[in-house]
Amino acid sequence: MKHPGMINKVYNISDEIFNWSEDNFKRASEIIKKYPDSRQQSAVIPLLDLAQRQNSGWLSKTTIEKVAETLSMSYIRVLEVATFYSMFNLEPVGENFVQICRTTPCWLRGSDKLVEVAKEVSNIQLGETSNDKKFTIVEVECLGACCNAPMVQINDDYYEDLDEDSFKKILTDLKQSKEITKGSQIGRQTSHPQREKNA
Amino acid sequence: MLREEDKIFKNLYGFYDWSLTGAKSRGVWSNTKEIIEKGSDFIVEEIKSSQLRGRGGAGFPAGLKWSFMPKDSGKPHYLVVNADESEPGTCKDREIMRNDPHLLLEGCLIAGFAMYANACYIYIRGEYYTEASNLQKAIDEAYENNLIGKNACGTNWNYDIYLHRGAGAYICGEETALLESLEGKKGQPRLKPPFPAGAGLYGCPTTVTNVETIAVAPTIIRRGASWFSGLGRENNTGSKIFSISGHVNNPCNVEEEMGIGLKELIENHAGGVIGGWDNLLAVIPGGASVPLIPKSICDKVKMDFDSLKEVQSGLGTAAVIVMNKSTDIVDAICRLSHFYKHESCGQCTPCREGTGWMFRMMEKMVKGSAQVNDIDKLLDVTKQVEGHTICALGDAAAWPIQGLMRHFRPEVERRIKEYRLGEVA
Repeated sequence: MKHPGMINKVYNISDEIFNWSEDNFKRASEIIKKYPDSRQQSAVIPLLDLAQRQNSGWLSKTTIEKVAETLSMSYIRVLEVATFYSMFNLEPVGENFVQICRTTPCWLRGSDKLVEVAKEVSNIQLGETSNDKKFTIVEVECLGACCNAPMVQINDDYYEDLDEDSFKKILTDLKQSKEITKGSQIGRQTSHPQREKNA
Repeated sequence: MLREEDKIFKNLYGFYDWSLTGAKSRGVWSNTKEIIEKGSDFIVEEIKSSQLRGRGGAGFPAGLKWSFMPKDSGKPHYLVVNADESEPGTCKDREIMRNDPHLLLEGCLIAGFAMYANACYIYIRGEYYTEASNLQKAIDEAYENNLIGKNACGTNWNYDIYLHRGAGAYICGEETALLESLEGKKGQPRLKPPFPAGAGLYGCPTTVTNVETIAVAPTIIRRGASWFSGLGRENNTGSKIFSISGHVNNPCNVEEEMGIGLKELIENHAGGVIGGWDNLLAVIPGGASVPLIPKSICDKVKMDFDSLKEVQSGLGTAAVIVMNKSTDIVDAICRLSHFYKHESCGQCTPCREGTGWMFRMMEKMVKGSAQVNDIDKLLDVTKQVEGHTICALGDAAAWPIQGLMRHFRPEVERRIKEYRLGEVA
């Protein structure tokens, strides 16, 4: 399966040059201060993350060059970090980046069915972005919420204790740009054994 | 069963306030200054005699690990907290970080002081967004209240805690890969020696420790090593968070005493196996990396490091993945092989090539399209990968397959024979 975080080439889609926004430039300077003098390379992952957020969820060639310049690193050192880590997308993604966990604990509780639901609602295959740019759907490895399986991550948030119906509702709501509730979809408090909050 | 008053994680599920006010009402940060004034040696000795073993998977004695830090190296010392929780089945540190972050921060100060460190980095996996945001708020609160920072808790000890988010790589849970990643490089493990206690982060003495190990330290010191070692049994002491997932009625995280029976754990806390205990097929008792155990062993086994080792498995991270009889057990393990293939960092050949080869062979085993003698060939390859790689990912990829063949070989053979028959017909 194609996953925008698992490809090894970088490119630009326009001639636009990436520049930090004023806020993000300040944030970047604050991040760099967390590390000892002359160790600013440590900030490469947080800065790539910041750049990706500013650049609509993916890293173009010029964003990577900007991070290299900001940290006085050679371009290749930043590029190899960008290709190594799966959270850095090297091609554009949809407004809702839907990552479905496929590893054994989620699979045992029906993650396969979630994949089918996602394909049906978004009308695309795994690894693709819908024409209206609403969705990119991918399968990923364990996201570390196994007691709330099956689960998916959409952009920054986790949606847990899913089944076909609740997942379908989430995706349909997103399609119509409605608000959705994050966390457990059966009203459970985090990973408490009771299914109901007040039970 | 662990008594309520012996639980360390009083807000494991987030029913109560996780901020500083809430944490203080649960006794966190109450007499941190007194603890620190007892000195570094006292803290390390107390942890040693509590027999606390690392909660990240390997089960190395925590006090001993902390004592490896040199006293006066002339360099900065670092404590690095491993919050890159990615072992399939494991989701315990997540609950600590989002529901009781101050417990972890207090542990960071005490443990860091004990190893002469003035700075601590918490490396949290990038996907944990809410957890990172709660933890950062807790760090800010701790700075504002002078619990950390200059003259932390009024002890004359300067202590900084920084949160560092990763970006999605299982391998960064390996301590030296984590350090590489923290230095701004690809997360590829280092050769050891030198060990991190000698040359770790930025070449300075460093200790890398799991979240849960650090978070339990303040309570152990407050209540005394003998209280902690009174729980569980010799060499397997204390309480531990178990993550129970898979085919159970109520999957959950729960803090329990070490050495609790597996059956008791599943039935008392997770609402039992779906379809009843007799419907159980197998359990992976310690996260994806440890070999599975079939029902016959699950009936009696106790959940601690040594008991599980005796049955050729391990406690690992205490992530219990339950599979009932509806499970395609070969596919369940094949999925794990896919996981390791995906997560191999590609640095050393046995792992890079081996994980891919093992996954492709496992795919054939799922369908039955392999030959019967391929089973031995596959086992031989697992033996050649195991122990011959820079880090333990190679071992982790080999063990689930070995566990499968140890207990379910007849099932794998049956599939191969059936597939053959289908071809002939």
